[in-house]
Amino acid sequence: MNTLPKILLDACAAAPDKLILVLQSPRQEDKWLTNQDLLNGASIYANFLSINGIQPDDVVIIVLQHGVDLIYAFWGCILHGAIPSIMPFLTEKLSPEHYRQSLRSLIEVIQPTAVITYANFEAEIRKATQNTSVRAVLIRENIQSASAIPNHAYQGLEREENAIALLQHSSGTTGLQKGVALSHRAIMNQIQAYRNAIHLTAQDVIISWLPLYHDMGLIAGFLMPNLTQNLLVMMSPFDWVKSPVRLFQAVHRYRGTLTWLPNFAYNFCASKIRDREMEGIDLSTLRAVINCSEPMKFESHKIFLTRFQPYGLDPSALATCYAMAENVFAVSQGGIENPVTLDWINRMDLIYHHKANPAIPNGEAVCMLSAGKPISNTKVKIVGKFGRELGERNIGEIAIYSDCMLTEYYQRPDLTASAFQDGWYLTGDLGYIANGEIYITGRKKDLIIVGGKNIYPQDIENIANSVAGVYPGRVVAFGVFNDELGTEDVIVIAESEETNPIKRREIAEKVRLAINQSSDISVRQVLIVERGWLIKTSSGKIARLANREKYLKQLLNGSA
Amino acid sequence: MEEILTDLAHYITHQILKTPDKILRNDEPLISSGIIDSFHLIDLALYIEDRFGVKIEDTELNRQTFDNLNQLGELIWSKTTNR
Repeated sequence: MNTLPKILLDACAAAPDKLILVLQSPRQEDKWLTNQDLLNGASIYANFLSINGIQPDDVVIIVLQHGVDLIYAFWGCILHGAIPSIMPFLTEKLSPEHYRQSLRSLIEVIQPTAVITYANFEAEIRKATQNTSVRAVLIRENIQSASAIPNHAYQGLEREENAIALLQHSSGTTGLQKGVALSHRAIMNQIQAYRNAIHLTAQDVIISWLPLYHDMGLIAGFLMPNLTQNLLVMMSPFDWVKSPVRLFQAVHRYRGTLTWLPNFAYNFCASKIRDREMEGIDLSTLRAVINCSEPMKFESHKIFLTRFQPYGLDPSALATCYAMAENVFAVSQGGIENPVTLDWINRMDLIYHHKANPAIPNGEAVCMLSAGKPISNTKVKIVGKFGRELGERNIGEIAIYSDCMLTEYYQRPDLTASAFQDGWYLTGDLGYIANGEIYITGRKKDLIIVGGKNIYPQDIENIANSVAGVYPGRVVAFGVFNDELGTEDVIVIAESEETNPIKRREIAEKVRLAINQSSDISVRQVLIVERGWLIKTSSGKIARLANREKYLKQLLNGSA
Repeated sequence: MEEILTDLAHYITHQILKTPDKILRNDEPLISSGIIDSFHLIDLALYIEDRFGVKIEDTELNRQTFDNLNQLGELIWSKTTNR
């Protein structure tokens, strides 16, 4: 067993000239990095932290765009023994004020010591860090003043295996307050178990467009290949989303064998890439395209396969994975040894009896895509009310136990304590087990997943609540699955005393704009309704599920 | 030019926003407002290619190149006339 800095240094000593990373940017030559390049770049950052008085165990927030500096800064923190946390960069639509508020709420909980960012973003960051724990705003452009330090001087080498290596956050005010703290040991245990689960070999080449502030991108699409010494080809999610064919061009050029995608990306690639863009592209090297991080749909796999089989995509490459940051990454993996199992279950039993009873495959039944078997170090059970363990095909909350679980929600002992029950982590996801394989049917927590991003409805509702014309506290936000997109649409319903339809439309537009600019998502529909429309619980809270049902019923009747 | 803008406004309100009753102003921000989110930028590019026969490069899909209908119309116009 080892710590992250030791593994990086050992890899570099063993094969300094090995090509380990390729970074792609539009209209630019691919940037190739060897182990030595990676170490040199990271080393300069480690020294930069050191000369700025950053101590091991200090938390460092990294606010950099996807690219070589983000990678160097991350590894620099690791070499120095500091705890990196990658924060998404400001996007084209986010309002700077909202971004600043999010950063500030993160800082208040996490109490970081430093932030690394660009010179032209320094003023913005400083506004958020005034009178907080942050002692240093480190500017990427000033890094030339630092130089690489000899190997033995890295303070990160003193880190214990059970020390915290990094923090991961999901987005939004709620998500930012839950920094998942992961130890070196947890990360290495996960990688050891997961590489076995996917039969990783030295020949595997990983292609990723995933962001590094998300567990799938950070672990599968970055840390694992660096630590297992597999070639990794990376591109920015912002470049990929504007030209999704880039993923396949990279597979073709570098003979990629593995890639991880959220479910929506299957639909997105299938519908947005033109035939002429695919000319000459060979996908036959891909041995696993792994669906992960949002509900996985059989239809999405079908669309993807039909579209790309003519370009050499092997049907057996379709794979699935159930993962969460709290277990570092994977809980289970399917589709590697055998094709992904399909389980046809009775729709009525699923809805009314919380049972997954086998059914004849037809339009009446629900086709469930297996998330595979638990990886070797992780145990999974299904629990019902009062924590009682349920048997096969009973639907309940998924609980996990492993040697790679989070150490804590950083600085949040309250959240940490409530997340565990007798050492088992309660995931908040609902599902069942059949023949040793895991199936995810829904969520216990009110959580919307859009394009793989976890969105807390209360954050969206709070934004809508601040809009003039919306009756305070009378707002609900929820997700509705969109088959065409392969992910959820966000719907917002707000009560208003305004009855004039034109004025109502104006309020709806303001709500839409406020949410778009103050969150990571774009809202699909905003409905302004009369007072008393929304259903409340007996305790007076807005009932999200009941209002979602009401909305769907009205949609069926053509009145939503 | 006016025809191009009307056509684009119709596409955006009907196909992207799915709110046909929305009136989109020619100077209304599209990208910086999140009206067209990152997942739909490519739809807009594909539509323009099919409808007007000009290609908007993926590197042009940002608010620096266009952020409202007027600017988008000018981009399409300049590409049509420079062909």
